[in-house]
Amino acid sequence: MKADRQGMSIRVKNAFTGWSFILIAVLMIAAFYFYPMIQALILSFKTGRGANLSFTGWSNYERLLTDKTFFTALKNTFIYLIIQVPIMIILALFISVLLNDSKLKFRGFFRTAIFLPCVTSLVAYSVVFKYLFGTNGLINTMLMKLSIIGTPIEWITDPFWAKITIIIAITWRWTGYNMIFYLSALQNIDNSIYEAARIDGASSFKQFFKITIPMLKPIILFTSITSTIGTLQLFDEVLNITKGGPGNATLSISQYIYNLSFKYTADFGYAATVSYSIVLIIVALSLIQFRVAGDRK
Amino acid sequence: MKKAKRIFTYGFLGVASFISIFPFLWMVVSATNKSVEVTKGRLLPGTYLIQNFKHLLESTDLGTALSNSAKISVITTVLAILIASLAGYGFEIFRSKAKDVVFNILLLSMMIPFAALMVPLYRMFANVSDAAPFFGIDSKVAVMLPTITTAFLIFFFRQSSKMFPKDMVEAGRIDGLSEFGIFVKIFMPTMKTTYAAAAIITFMSSWNNYLWPLIVLQSPEQKTIPLLISNLGSGYAPDYGLIMLAIVIATLPTALVFFLMQKHFVAGMMGSVK
Repeated sequence: MKADRQGMSIRVKNAFTGWSFILIAVLMIAAFYFYPMIQALILSFKTGRGANLSFTGWSNYERLLTDKTFFTALKNTFIYLIIQVPIMIILALFISVLLNDSKLKFRGFFRTAIFLPCVTSLVAYSVVFKYLFGTNGLINTMLMKLSIIGTPIEWITDPFWAKITIIIAITWRWTGYNMIFYLSALQNIDNSIYEAARIDGASSFKQFFKITIPMLKPIILFTSITSTIGTLQLFDEVLNITKGGPGNATLSISQYIYNLSFKYTADFGYAATVSYSIVLIIVALSLIQFRVAGDRK
Repeated sequence: MKKAKRIFTYGFLGVASFISIFPFLWMVVSATNKSVEVTKGRLLPGTYLIQNFKHLLESTDLGTALSNSAKISVITTVLAILIASLAGYGFEIFRSKAKDVVFNILLLSMMIPFAALMVPLYRMFANVSDAAPFFGIDSKVAVMLPTITTAFLIFFFRQSSKMFPKDMVEAGRIDGLSEFGIFVKIFMPTMKTTYAAAAIITFMSSWNNYLWPLIVLQSPEQKTIPLLISNLGSGYAPDYGLIMLAIVIATLPTALVFFLMQKHFVAGMMGSVK
């Protein structure tokens, strides 16, 4: 590095200056991420209402294992994860491959249009979707006019359809976001690789699976990890579209933690215990995703 | 064969674009219609925009919410890009093994979900509420502090600093500039596009932030735009036209920022994964 070529005193001085550049950021992240994480761990061993908390050992963790609402929220979140993330990633990949064709007309328009949902706030689009998918909402009206369905679908009030509505909503909001990452990665692939493949007689189908997918693997890994983390944190949409209902059919873990802390009688200790379950799940899933992507090399 | 493929490509992209844009169109059209007409599924612009706007101003504190959101987002954005760019530059230009370790620890914070932080953060701010209301619950400072510094933004600036020519740092030192002088006078003007991209990303996420303000802000006069919209949307007899107008107004700033600086925004997003 540069410092190696310079004198010792400058190196020491530079080290000091270097630390002063990063100091505020390090302190802020320590104060608002790592300190609360430790606090949450301590809290998870305490029980009580509101501010009156006392140590009760593992009791919160025992409660967690028999908490039906927690398992419902966990199951819902995994349903979103297993169905929505693959659909969105495949859709985004597919669209970006179509858009990557330099001879395509209206490329800029298509790209902007598909990316547009990303500028809306989660709350704003959730409220719009809530009305679009209402029983008397526009989606049902249109489907009935087109004679695709005979009776209105209970998008929001039926446990099955409510989950579908949430999945449609998240897919609408985030597909364009992932597409941008794939598009930029695609533009970095040397076109001569495709030309060589074409000369060898490889079909577009084969080119996609033998060239595009392997070349994009790091980005696919990146987007699948960020999408997984995003889905595990799902909150705004569920609260504003279905309120977690009907019953607890769409309740997410984040919303459950929110309810435990700020909606029901505040049980901060138990809420912290539930929140640690998400941390563990995120760490475990990220490790698995790294593993899976690494093994295929 | 080729023709079929082309028809499929344009057809598919056309449908995808339509689905992406349709909720926006519906939102804008509905903002000009009466609530009844929105429920009837009217898809043409109406003449009720002014009335909707009047009702919105009468029944909600739109101005206060807009000004709260603007204050929070602007201050957060300015501080965030300042702190993160200092750090990103510091990590890259004054590189050492110890700093690499610290950097990797900072990156770990990206794995921590906000749900795991909200309870302890709430308690932290609640504890100082009585002694220092300026920092406590229901204050703008409490909304801003935890969101100002993110590992993502530091990472983003560090990646960009790699493209910053190191010779310019040397040249600045020879000219007798202090290290901070080099940062302010050489790095900042050179990296204008990086700053623009970072500012857009930060402004958008701050403007749209919902969960943390929902927890921290309690009095009506502190409400931000997403909180106002969420409240409007949870009513039993919703005035659809009015709500859609509120959503259009809330979306305008981020949509405008996006369209004016689309190039930087996309470049910024791409830069973050390179």
